Amino acid sequence: MTAADTNRAILAIWRIEQPRLITSLARMLRDVPLAEDLTQEALVAAFERWPVTGVPEKPGWLMTTAKHRALDHLRRGRMLERKHEMVTWDMEAEQHSMPDLDAALDDDIGDELLRLIFTACHPRLPREARTALALRMICGLTTEEIARAFLLPEATIAQRIVRAKRTLSESGLAYETPCGDELSQRLSSVLEVVYLIFNEGYTAARGQDWLRPQLCNEALRMGRVLTAVAPHEPEAHGLLALMELNASRTAARTDPEGEPILILEQNRALWDRLQIRRGMQALGRARALGGVGGIYVLQAAIIACHAQAGTADDTDWPRIAGLYAELAAVMRSPIVELNRAVAVGMADGPEAALALVQRLAGEPALKSYHLLPSVLGDLLRKLDRYEEAQVAFEAAAALTGNRRERDLLLRRASEAAAAAKSRAISA
Amino acid sequence: MRFMFIVTSPSPANPSPELLEAMGKLADREIKAGRMLDNGGLMPVATGAQVRIADGQLSVVDGPFVEAKEVVGGYAIFELRNKEEALAAAVEFMQLHKDFLPGWEGTCELRAFASPPH
Repeated sequence: MTAADTNRAILAIWRIEQPRLITSLARMLRDVPLAEDLTQEALVAAFERWPVTGVPEKPGWLMTTAKHRALDHLRRGRMLERKHEMVTWDMEAEQHSMPDLDAALDDDIGDELLRLIFTACHPRLPREARTALALRMICGLTTEEIARAFLLPEATIAQRIVRAKRTLSESGLAYETPCGDELSQRLSSVLEVVYLIFNEGYTAARGQDWLRPQLCNEALRMGRVLTAVAPHEPEAHGLLALMELNASRTAARTDPEGEPILILEQNRALWDRLQIRRGMQALGRARALGGVGGIYVLQAAIIACHAQAGTADDTDWPRIAGLYAELAAVMRSPIVELNRAVAVGMADGPEAALALVQRLAGEPALKSYHLLPSVLGDLLRKLDRYEEAQVAFEAAAALTGNRRERDLLLRRASEAAAAAKSRAISA
Repeated sequence: MRFMFIVTSPSPANPSPELLEAMGKLADREIKAGRMLDNGGLMPVATGAQVRIADGQLSVVDGPFVEAKEVVGGYAIFELRNKEEALAAAVEFMQLHKDFLPGWEGTCELRAFASPPH
């Protein structure tokens, strides 16, 4: 085994044990950031020791080591206390009365894990810090791995993590779980972080470094963990459904050169059936929990319409248009409105869609968004308004930053121009 | 990376209640950790059938099959970061068999899914 192989083997075992280590220590210490520090110390100890001794055959070394660190920490705290208060303290008794944290499989860590997730994604922390902390505390990624995934220097990520943990400790947020009304508000902060991580990986689906696309899998894993520890939250299932269904198209989304392929032109045979099935199950659970109107559930339901259509022609556009209308009512986003217009165009014809798109023309948020004139051009062409279509396609081409997309739009502009000319001749 | 774990054994034995319980807990943990995507056990080989091609001839053969040596008993599908993680997971799974089903012999084969053609 080379040193690199050994390191990978150590990290592999670490990843199996890490959630149990950090949750057990958090419960002992009643301090999540501190628990994170000490589990990292156990990993460092394994990196120092296992290359010499070999990987221990029996599991539990990491847990024992981490627990010793935690007990040392508690003991130090008690010593100080004893000096002040002259209280006698039987450390051994304390050790015996503690729950058996070693029982590797017997211990339901659900509540503690939920606390961990909520702490890592606390709304008091900046968004980037939440992201880094979540990847580190929930997925067990190292600082170096997070830095590579986000194309940032390791020192930047390390600093974010240190600062975030300090914020948590200093604000008295090191060990608390939200409940009641606060829970749903806090949950949306968690879901936002998870979806952010997913999209970071999804937009880089063919990155140079495998760790960037891997972010999709980390987010999916967090989503699955979240639905396991908070099984009654429909939006958690909705987000998981949205991510599973989107990820199911990964292999079909780009051509061999890495250029994007639009959903209606994708080879559906490359869609991942297992992932679609899991996505549909998650969507079903979200609906069963009464979550039909949530923003993640609605987006998942839209993607599900595509996932369930055997061919692009089978797509249920009236249903998609209806779902976008519901989404627009809760999200108030011009981009959602534009998507709704496209779906309406597919369902009811270009005339109905044109009215919707023209209403968006003055929208400041879409001022430099190339898809607005692109959609407009498409509708005008379908209505045989070729001169106007040409102008719209040219405007769209001028706005896009993607070379291939620009070529395509300019081609469509000249096709519209040619159609206008041939009509003028025949008239 | 997606992996399939295929468990084979020359001597299919009924798992002990202890093994079933331990495997149930392991599966529960792995599902909650978002690592295990799917799993299943298979009915005895005698209740199955085989469709074969040999010498250009297609034939249907019903069980039982006298020549079966290594019998597939079950499978699981995992989403993991690399082969090392798959190995660590398989070692943990087989350790349960060693601990809770003494005398049993078998293999857990792990295979990465081929990436879709591009």
